[in-house]
Amino acid sequence: MRREAPQRLSDYGPLAFPAIMLTVFFVIPFGTMIAVSFFQRQQGGFYTPAFVFSNYERFLSLFFAHVLGFSLMLAVLVAVCCVCIGVPFTYLMTKMSRRAQIVWMVALLSVLSLSEVIIGFAWSTLLSRTAGITNLLVTLGLMEKAVALSPGFPAVLTAMVYQALPYTILVLYPALVRLDPTLTEAARTLGASPLRAFFTVVVPALRTTILATLIMVFIFALGSYLLPQILGRPQHWTLSVLITDQAIYQSNMPFAAAMAVFLVLVTLGMVALTLFAGRKREEST
Amino acid sequence: MSGLTLDTVRKDFGSFTAVNDVQLSVPHGTFVCMLGPSGCGKTTLLRMIAGLDLPTSGRVLLDGEDITAVPTHKRNLGMVFQSLALFPHLTVGENIAYPLRIRGAPREEQSKRVDELLSMIHLTGYADRPVAKLSGGQRQRVAIARALTRSPKLFLLDEPLSALDAKLREAMQVELRQLQQQLGITTIVVTHDQREAMTMADTVVVMNKGEIRQAASPMEIYRRPADTFVADFIGSTNLIDMETDSAGRAVALGQIIPGLSAPGGGKAIISIRPEDVHLTAPGSDGAILGTVTFVRDLGGTIETFIDCSGKQIIAVSTPRARPDVSVGQPVGVVLDPDVCVVLST
Repeated sequence: MRREAPQRLSDYGPLAFPAIMLTVFFVIPFGTMIAVSFFQRQQGGFYTPAFVFSNYERFLSLFFAHVLGFSLMLAVLVAVCCVCIGVPFTYLMTKMSRRAQIVWMVALLSVLSLSEVIIGFAWSTLLSRTAGITNLLVTLGLMEKAVALSPGFPAVLTAMVYQALPYTILVLYPALVRLDPTLTEAARTLGASPLRAFFTVVVPALRTTILATLIMVFIFALGSYLLPQILGRPQHWTLSVLITDQAIYQSNMPFAAAMAVFLVLVTLGMVALTLFAGRKREEST
Repeated sequence: MSGLTLDTVRKDFGSFTAVNDVQLSVPHGTFVCMLGPSGCGKTTLLRMIAGLDLPTSGRVLLDGEDITAVPTHKRNLGMVFQSLALFPHLTVGENIAYPLRIRGAPREEQSKRVDELLSMIHLTGYADRPVAKLSGGQRQRVAIARALTRSPKLFLLDEPLSALDAKLREAMQVELRQLQQQLGITTIVVTHDQREAMTMADTVVVMNKGEIRQAASPMEIYRRPADTFVADFIGSTNLIDMETDSAGRAVALGQIIPGLSAPGGGKAIISIRPEDVHLTAPGSDGAILGTVTFVRDLGGTIETFIDCSGKQIIAVSTPRARPDVSVGQPVGVVLDPDVCVVLST
């Protein structure tokens, strides 16, 4: 394997393709969006180039602060739920036979093939009063009469966790498969019950992976804009929903762009904070 | 009785029998080495003693109490794994204190015990190091200390020294044996290294294909192997076919060997260690005639390969008793009946 640093310009050749793709499909659109966020909106029209802060000023209101707070809270909650379900689930999955693991993997991957719209409407049917799971509970005699569980916050949360869980498991799986199984066995011979061993050995040994998974699911959940609309009430709408609304229905591109830029900045800030906290803990132990 | 007893312990994996109705009793304070080729079931047996695998049938008794169904974490044992299994997210001290932390012992007690154990393994002052920063031998010692934190009733080690280089391994073998004698703890080590077993053990248990072939002291295993597998597996040996002639005398390599007899008067196999094969002038009384085919002078010992009517015999002697041999010359081979072990075929 080559170890020395690239010498000539042609040595950087293999980087050209990803660099061009990244520029064309990420840097240019993102730059355009930042530029548009400073543009002047034309009432009834589109926008004209300018350098105004009015879009950002409009954003600095209690209403948007509330929406932003709700969006972050929802994304954090989805990330935490996914990791809390995903880590034990994936751990148990890696203990299964190879055959069973393949079956589970295929099932999880098939969830990924569903679009957000289908997931949204499937859950809204499942949680509805007329055709939902509460009817099943009534048949079983566990409930008095069928109720509607959607729209509402639990419905939004459930569907978003459902959508993000396969990604969570896919990210956790390689790390958990590689985890030395004798670590848990050693903990058991030292007097830890299997549950205790899981929390004192498996989870701490995987904290870097768990942190990375939290961040990934958090960002994934922040971008969700269909599920809150399908399964939530207006107070459950996230910033992403408002951005879509401004961009598509209100034709206010500059304001949508400003909100998007703000969301990106807040997200980056939160990720940096998480990584910083993670490193702090690593140093202290 | 006190100590560990295995009562017809069996483990099947599907149609494969890893451990076949093993019967063994280990008195309290004994150092036992389970020795055998890979896949002989010795690690499976150790894991069943630890409770990490459940026997298909049979019982495991510790101090007379049936612990077959007791989960691992309630067995009060210490185990050192082949991979060592040190917790990568904890420091040396935290690794050693882990069993106490799990039990919720006070901090002072934890650090006191850690200091005790660190001084025992000659690593005083290493408590705050991350385990990744240790050398192989140091990690080994930490794994041993961690297994001993709770002062367990049973100390189990699965190929504990296999990752170390030869010189360090020999030093650790002596250290481990001294530690065990000092603590008087019942210890079971799984190994495939017979030197290791001979160095450390009170009792060597030789296993093959899921069965115990012999369990005895190292010297007895070497001097009086129970069968041809043990004779061949422990050290090197000459295995010579023996027959009984019509007059009831034992015949090997065409020579009557007085003083030996096959059980039941049929065929048998003689096992004789190379260092017990005595070389003499050809044509001497009672000597088997052979031809020297190769001489290997290793400095400390001299190995002579002799062809006796198609059968290769190896003789080992010290330079002091240097035999007068050279390649191609005839030589007399004497099989002293006192050092021959007669084994059934």
